[in-house]
Amino acid sequence: MNVRSEGFQMSDARLSRRTLLTATTALMGLVAAAASARTIQGLPWTGNEVYPPPEVRPGPWLFFTPDEASAIEAIVDRLIPQDELGPGGKEAGCAVFIDRQLAGPYGRAEGVYMQGPFPERPLPTQGFQSPLTPAQAYRKGLAGLAAHVSRNFGGRGIPQLSGEELDRLLTSLEKREVNTPEFNGSEIFDLIFNNTMEGFFADPIYGGNRDMAGWKLIGFPGTRYDFRDVLERPNTRYTLPPVSLIGRPDWNRAGGRG
Amino acid sequence: MRRLPRKDAVIVGLGWTGAIMGHELCQAGLQVVALERGPWRDTASDFNIGTAPDELRYGIRHDLFVRTAQDTVTARNRMDQEALPIRRWGSFLPGNGVGGAGVHWNGHTWRFLPSDFNIRSHYLERYGEGIFPENHSIQDWGITYDELEPYYDRFEYLAGISGEAGNVKGQILPGGNPFEGWRSRPYPTPPLKMQHAQNLFQRATTELGFKPFPLPSANMSQAYTNPLGVTLAPCTYCGFCERFGCANYSKSSPQTTVLPVLMRHPGFEARTECEVVRVLKSPDGRTATGVVYVDAQGEEWEQPADLVILAAYQLWNVRLMLYSGIGRPYDPNTNEGVIGKNYAYQANSSVNGYFDNQLFNSWAGAGSLGMTCDEYNGDNFDHTGLNFVGGANINCSTFHARPISARPVPPGTPRWGSAWKKATRDNYLTTTNVGSQGSNMSYRDCYLDLDPTYKDRLGRPLLRMTFDFKANEERMSAYVTDKMVPIMRAMGAKQIVATPKRGPWNVVPYQTTHNTGGAIMGDNPRTSAVNKFQQVWDMPNVFVLGASAFPQNAGYNPTGTVGALAYYAADAITQQYLKNPGQPLVQA
Repeated sequence: MNVRSEGFQMSDARLSRRTLLTATTALMGLVAAAASARTIQGLPWTGNEVYPPPEVRPGPWLFFTPDEASAIEAIVDRLIPQDELGPGGKEAGCAVFIDRQLAGPYGRAEGVYMQGPFPERPLPTQGFQSPLTPAQAYRKGLAGLAAHVSRNFGGRGIPQLSGEELDRLLTSLEKREVNTPEFNGSEIFDLIFNNTMEGFFADPIYGGNRDMAGWKLIGFPGTRYDFRDVLERPNTRYTLPPVSLIGRPDWNRAGGRG
Repeated sequence: MRRLPRKDAVIVGLGWTGAIMGHELCQAGLQVVALERGPWRDTASDFNIGTAPDELRYGIRHDLFVRTAQDTVTARNRMDQEALPIRRWGSFLPGNGVGGAGVHWNGHTWRFLPSDFNIRSHYLERYGEGIFPENHSIQDWGITYDELEPYYDRFEYLAGISGEAGNVKGQILPGGNPFEGWRSRPYPTPPLKMQHAQNLFQRATTELGFKPFPLPSANMSQAYTNPLGVTLAPCTYCGFCERFGCANYSKSSPQTTVLPVLMRHPGFEARTECEVVRVLKSPDGRTATGVVYVDAQGEEWEQPADLVILAAYQLWNVRLMLYSGIGRPYDPNTNEGVIGKNYAYQANSSVNGYFDNQLFNSWAGAGSLGMTCDEYNGDNFDHTGLNFVGGANINCSTFHARPISARPVPPGTPRWGSAWKKATRDNYLTTTNVGSQGSNMSYRDCYLDLDPTYKDRLGRPLLRMTFDFKANEERMSAYVTDKMVPIMRAMGAKQIVATPKRGPWNVVPYQTTHNTGGAIMGDNPRTSAVNKFQQVWDMPNVFVLGASAFPQNAGYNPTGTVGALAYYAADAITQQYLKNPGQPLVQA
């Protein structure tokens, strides 16, 4: 197995940089056979090299099936409901965020130690021990959830449940009341819950937190990176609007971002 | 395996200790190669201001840390349990790449107390044998604070540490830490500006009779040019410090203090994405002859060298020694052997305060922006009748409020739904925290060895960690946390939640990346792996740097002491060892 040290999201820039350096390394004749291993003397800095994550664009689902997507959209909108305080999880793009994450390195558990054996009953202190990648866990968990809902809610699907019914369902999953050998309800709940919160509060570049709804809710100013003025005025409300890695929606003239 | 031309010294790992040692050896005229298993990283490309403040990528998905698929440890609490691999980092976050943990640290830069170095004899003399916990293996370090002081000074001036001296040459100064060991001169730069929480903490602790002082910080309060001629810039309190690289050149790291000079040194080269898999030994086993490393294509190379410096993270130093058969592995049943012995951690605690009418704006912070009180650290207080050894610093620091991970709500709040949403909005800006950083003693059954089941990607056994928090640490943490609650009350919190450290140790929630021990220093080869110069007792041309040398852990961040020990070892090599290479610097 060849583990990429920058396995997070390798951009084309990183790849071309590697190729270039390989050539340099070969010229230096020091470790000629090494392709991405590098021998460095001097400071190898070159201008305008930077490795941003690819920006999530609107478009069709990359991972979810249409049924899975409508179930996830319904769930994220109960976890973070649209109310007088602002948009809910669906409008904020949490389902899109999860979809893109599952279609990428996170969904494939890239860089994660996945060698067995996987014991049946790890200690509660030993953490994550599943042989499933997040993508596999979603596929299996959502199928189990659909079957559970169909059995217990008169043949309906998640999108057909009322808000109250869905809240009741989520509460029972959260409280580990729906864990059976075939379907681990708390596991899929924890996954969706954590990824939904990530989506609501991560930088909008990843497809969630649309229009910085999560940040506006709580008053996080984002990536401004210089708060020396705040230190000058303790205990004072900060009034500048938030900024993200992709700027602000009103910086894009026509049609908003994307 | 192909053999490369010999070098005077090979350094395993290019973080703080590798960079410091590399520079000192090159200055002494040696030809040095550093092998780093992670990628090259520089500020402009890798911690660029347009990509660095990304909580998901760095804070949550751990982009700067070693991939567990490349290397991890197995963990268990007790010897009768089966250890399982840590598949996703949680409790601690080992770094990766050039700069190592020096890239993603917060920058708290402490000196340990003089009594931390002779802790065993100090407590024995003051309290008698009965103070020590059951099954402990607490040891003196084999070095004194006075010996290390000049090297603390060198590291602090290399890194431009911002702080307020409390004891210059024995003179206690107002505003600093009255408990600290003497220092030969003040900090190179003044303290950072404080946030609202620190102002409240300072007032509250002063009223309660504490002597608060600014946390010594590797985030720069002002521009600073270090003795190597490298300049750091002022910190902007961006709130993306720990787990992140700094885009401002404001956090001391190998990149911002040593590498710009070291990389241009004609005697130095670095090879990245090259993982050292073992140290080679002479047929008689008395000398290291070099190392074997595997490059990113899986190709094996032999790098012969006269001097082998292990400068990887604590865990990986120990693992490499166990693989390579350097020193005798520790056996917890017989208490014999030394490699893997005395693994320790830290027992930290927190007190959260929920306020009605204060705006903390905690997203405006710096890794080391804080005020601290040291009244209950080390043996700064009378332990008579307390039934524990050790202590903790008490601090109020504002280092971030990144919203995926830092959204405190009062207990009883639902985790989701409209009630959660409202509580999150209401508490995000109005909550603050007082923390303690507690010492962790060493025990016969807390140790590192090789796992019998789980292998890494190259088929080598993973390192196995057997560790739990013991009654001594729980009592210490409960005692110190009790002292923190009145502080938070005096700060004016309407609701207070105290969380002292309790076992069992869990690998999931982040606690601290202050793993120590496993290749400990001391004055006796029977009970320690390296002498006070970090030189392996059994193999004099191998030096092992970093917190693997700590015989137990103190109530402070380790980097100041790690840096000081690296300079101490470098001086020993360049001033003594090289005059008579291959010989032990301390006679066993």
